[in-house]
Amino acid sequence: MLPVSEFLQQILNGLSLGSIYALIALGYTMVYGILKLINFAHGELFMVGAYAGYYAAIGLGVENYANGGFPLYLAALVLALAMGAAALLGIAIEAFAYRPVRSAPRLTPLITAIGVSLFLQNAAMLLFSPNPRPYPPILHEVRFELGGVIVTNVKLAIFGVALALMLGLTWFVQKTWTGKAMRAVSTNIDAARLMGIDSNHIIRATFAVGSALAAAGGILFGLDQIMIGPLMGMLTGLKAFVAAVLGGIGNIRGAVLGGLLIGLAEQLTAGYLSPDYRDAITFVILIGILILRPEGLLGVVRPEKV
Amino acid sequence: MQLARRLAVATAIALVLYGVGWWMEDGLIEYVQRIVLLAGINVILAVSLNLINGTTGQFSIGHAGFMAVGAYGAAFFGVQLAPSVQSLLGAGSLADAVTFNLALVIGALLAALAGLLVGAPSLRLRGDYLAVVTLGFGEIIRISFNNAQFLGAATGYFGDSPAGLPAFTSFFWVYAWVIAIVIAIRNLTFSQTGRSLAAIREDEIAAEAMATPTTRLKVLAFAVSAACAGIAGGLFAYMQSGIRPEDFRFDKSIDMIVMIIVGGLGSISGAIVGGVFVAVTLELMRDLQQYRLVLYALLLIVIMLVRPQGLFGSRELTELVRSRLGRRRLSSGAAK
Repeated sequence: MLPVSEFLQQILNGLSLGSIYALIALGYTMVYGILKLINFAHGELFMVGAYAGYYAAIGLGVENYANGGFPLYLAALVLALAMGAAALLGIAIEAFAYRPVRSAPRLTPLITAIGVSLFLQNAAMLLFSPNPRPYPPILHEVRFELGGVIVTNVKLAIFGVALALMLGLTWFVQKTWTGKAMRAVSTNIDAARLMGIDSNHIIRATFAVGSALAAAGGILFGLDQIMIGPLMGMLTGLKAFVAAVLGGIGNIRGAVLGGLLIGLAEQLTAGYLSPDYRDAITFVILIGILILRPEGLLGVVRPEKV
Repeated sequence: MQLARRLAVATAIALVLYGVGWWMEDGLIEYVQRIVLLAGINVILAVSLNLINGTTGQFSIGHAGFMAVGAYGAAFFGVQLAPSVQSLLGAGSLADAVTFNLALVIGALLAALAGLLVGAPSLRLRGDYLAVVTLGFGEIIRISFNNAQFLGAATGYFGDSPAGLPAFTSFFWVYAWVIAIVIAIRNLTFSQTGRSLAAIREDEIAAEAMATPTTRLKVLAFAVSAACAGIAGGLFAYMQSGIRPEDFRFDKSIDMIVMIIVGGLGSISGAIVGGVFVAVTLELMRDLQQYRLVLYALLLIVIMLVRPQGLFGSRELTELVRSRLGRRRLSSGAAK
């Protein structure tokens, strides 16, 4: 392989990984924007989404289409089912675990979130067995070469789905009534309530949307990396969180930018430095950004008040 | 006079520890001995983490990383130093004790250095960011050990001899360190510095307005806590024949969080109770390995929902007993 094509290949792989991180990072950033809570369980919603997609695909008889690939409408149905399941789980987590401690001191919700994350991880190990499993071929892989770079339809689907969901989210947040209310609640929850916004409803909606995006990320991850396991959410979730911080937490465009950058950094480290350090580079970036520009690339500095 | 009294107390404690340790070695089966040692190590971990999470109100969830630095540091330098100490003092239990404690102190210093490295840049951050940074650092430390060839990489470090690390960790040394560390941290907590740490917990901005050097104190708390965790790591290393990177996974940090949450954040006696609790429940649940973390997770959530202040809250056991007794005395006085 030519050095240039290899580089382009790494960039392509990095961007596709990065768009998955971006989808997950959106959920972190939305919840943080409203509740000022790092939803540690968000990575587990990504994992649950991947498994929901797995079972939906099996249930719809994916093995019958082994040669020709799943029809597109069924693949879309798998995506929708997984997103719906994760949204319901997200709403349940918010109602049972986070709402009772919402007004408690900051550490209480954080520890609760860690507890929920651990619980889901280990419940998944019991339910789905701790062993990783191959992801069903929801898309039949087609490879083609483009100037020495190998492109697959899976990669294109990742870009397509991620882009469509991000545009959809932008439209939702900017144009719909609920989206407008979300922005109001994230600016000032008390003032929003005085204006007659049902903040509980808006928080619920935020968790639902964020979890659904994470589930989409989970399915794309399964397609891209071929294997899924109950612990996949921990590291990926952390990386997505770092992506959200890198872009400026609470900022939707920042989450997308951060996700793409983290994906690229990871892929380039693995390709040119050593695969052993692909996970470490994320944390190096995190520490670097927190020292140099703690508000993130696109974030705004807000002075802390008593 | 005071010095003489303190020396007498220290000697008495040492004698009692020595006696109990001697009795334990033939009085208790090895399995129970192991739990007792682990409980002591847990107490050190819990008390040290409590200094950061409880007293200072910061939030570290990567404490296993500091423990790993201490464990690897103590194991490596213990093995390196053993020949020169032996040539100086002659082979025997004295040389062993000197090597062991020297190794522990070196491990602790290295862990403190790691604490400084983590603390200095990241302690300007607020609680939840700090949590993620410490988690990240814990992972980086583990990944580094996983790739360090001279420390055995993923297979772990077992010293130079085929038998593994010498079994230096005994009841006497574990509990001598437990007592020393608990007393040191107690004195720190109730000193002026400790009050400043508590002020940071209560309101960082107000503390800063009162000219408390918040960053320096937070870094201090981090370094002291990391050093103690390093001691625990060293004791842990010499308890088994070797250490592996996966001994210090994220789970280990979660165990420590459970210890201090159960007992009550900010309470030293709570941390002690929590440390023993985790050691005992871990052993009792040995057959339920796969359910252990589910139960721990549920325990964390339930404690947060029902009693977020933990068993003791931020109070000490002695205060609770005293206030109980005081109330009884008061009510009986009123009856007269």
